[in-house]
Amino acid sequence: MRNIFLHLHPSNISESSLRFNRTFGLGGMAALLIVIQMITGILLRFYYIPSPAEAYNSIIFIKNQVLFGQFIRNIHYWSGVFLLLIAFLHFLRVFFTGAYRDSRSVNWIFGLILLLLIVFANFTGYLLPWDQLAYWAITVSTNIIGYLPVIGESLRDSIIGGKELNAGTLQTFFAFHTALFPFLLIAIVFYHFWRVRKAGGVLLPETQGKSKMVPVMPNLIFREFIVGLVLIASLLIFAALFNAPLLDKANPSYSMNPTKAPWYFAGVQELLIHFHPFFAAFIIPLSVMLFLAWIPFFKYNEPPNGHWFISGKGMESSKHTAVFSTVVTLAGILFNAYVLNFEMVMHGVPALISNGVIPLLILLLLMGSYYQFYLKGFRLSKAELVQAAFVFIMVAFILLSLTGIFFRGKDMELTFPWNV
Amino acid sequence: MKKTVQEIAERNTSDGINRRDFFGMAWKALGILAGLEASGMIISYFFSGKNKNTNPPKQLLEAGPANAFLPGSVTAFMGGRFYLARQQDGGFIALSLRCTHLGCSVSWEENKKRFICPCHSSAFDIRGEVLNPPAARALDYYPVLIENGVVKVDIGTLKERKTFRKEQLIYA
Repeated sequence: MRNIFLHLHPSNISESSLRFNRTFGLGGMAALLIVIQMITGILLRFYYIPSPAEAYNSIIFIKNQVLFGQFIRNIHYWSGVFLLLIAFLHFLRVFFTGAYRDSRSVNWIFGLILLLLIVFANFTGYLLPWDQLAYWAITVSTNIIGYLPVIGESLRDSIIGGKELNAGTLQTFFAFHTALFPFLLIAIVFYHFWRVRKAGGVLLPETQGKSKMVPVMPNLIFREFIVGLVLIASLLIFAALFNAPLLDKANPSYSMNPTKAPWYFAGVQELLIHFHPFFAAFIIPLSVMLFLAWIPFFKYNEPPNGHWFISGKGMESSKHTAVFSTVVTLAGILFNAYVLNFEMVMHGVPALISNGVIPLLILLLLMGSYYQFYLKGFRLSKAELVQAAFVFIMVAFILLSLTGIFFRGKDMELTFPWNV
Repeated sequence: MKKTVQEIAERNTSDGINRRDFFGMAWKALGILAGLEASGMIISYFFSGKNKNTNPPKQLLEAGPANAFLPGSVTAFMGGRFYLARQQDGGFIALSLRCTHLGCSVSWEENKKRFICPCHSSAFDIRGEVLNPPAARALDYYPVLIENGVVKVDIGTLKERKTFRKEQLIYA
């Protein structure tokens, strides 16, 4: 056992990479959570039955009849939530310390793939309880796919195996959730770790003189052990205090009000309220994904220096851009909800124009003038400019998600969290 | 001096390609071929089973005698997943209860005379026509047949449409 752990690490490691606020241990935490998901997932599989008639009852059985059944399900649920949050934080950490370029660019891509895999592992698991929450959340989200041009409808139909969720959908999601995705996750996680080691370990800021090398055992191993224990303890406390949600058995004739997509798609769902589906579900997410994937391959002038936010100037411009993004996003949501709905005002104009092209042009115009009249004054380097764009996107995404999760109530109207 | 295998292999070449390269390329080609075959097999395995379930044969559901439905009335058939709506002029249409926006189930509000989707508050009139976005298309419908004064609905064939048209109504 000891040997396995030591083999995954180099034998010596730079002392400054041990500092907690260099990585916050996020990557390691994500890996541990994946292991916990595997263990609890395997346990749940011993009782779960993937058919519309039996799925819900088998969850009730796990809850009420199986010793620690509720607890195991809670751990599985919360560790899925934690995993997605921590993987997202890890992604932010890697970006803001500049560890995505040169020898690390391939690993950045694999990191994005892992993030997507975790999202879809969560998504396929969301359907399995076959309760009202699961049924309608998956109905709404899979119908969003139907708005992709040309292939949308047939793609949606082949994913769910028909026009409405059915036994085949559950079987497909179950296979993805319990076989294909776990397998891909393990394989790519190992590759991901190996590439970090190959790139020379964690990216470190330039300092005067070389940092001292120390043996991993006990310096790193003990630290990892402590982070792991704290994580497991918090997860268990969470699972003991808060039950995983379970509503009534799915009823295809009766929709919930409101019906929300799973929380990690709340941002896309919020966009759908403001933009035509062609933009909200296709153009905007696709452009963001392409931008993220392209980040390592812009032509940068200087190598990454490993400092948080690159420089003081980078930090300043990021803060200002975050404020700008917050104002634009919140003002956009409120304006669209209370002042002017383009689709209602421009009657007779196709929704693609009134609710898509026009608001998007206004948004691009705002971003353009922010750059032209404000950001340009910072005289940012290429990397700092990419960073500002990244900040704009991430802040908008987080705010849209929070709005969708906490501020949308009955009929998807804006409201306060205590009314949701 | 002993010659390495590499050197011998290179000496055997006459037209720029030696035996080692040839076998190397042959292996690669075979590998690609095998990969294509395997992925073709997996893809056809995956999709052939799915498509078979999507087009069930004609399934007629008997709704009842035509004169049992008053003009202007809407009757829910939850088992068949449709509303049988009779227009003021006596025409029948069987409206799917799936909202055309994101697939939630609409419900008929008798006092407002409209179908309302609880998810994003799309609204439709008694013909299935959109009254309120975000839905962009009229409600889907199932073909209605009236035989010997009995209304039957083919719940195996879902028809999609952009807007309501007169010929979608069936008269007794």
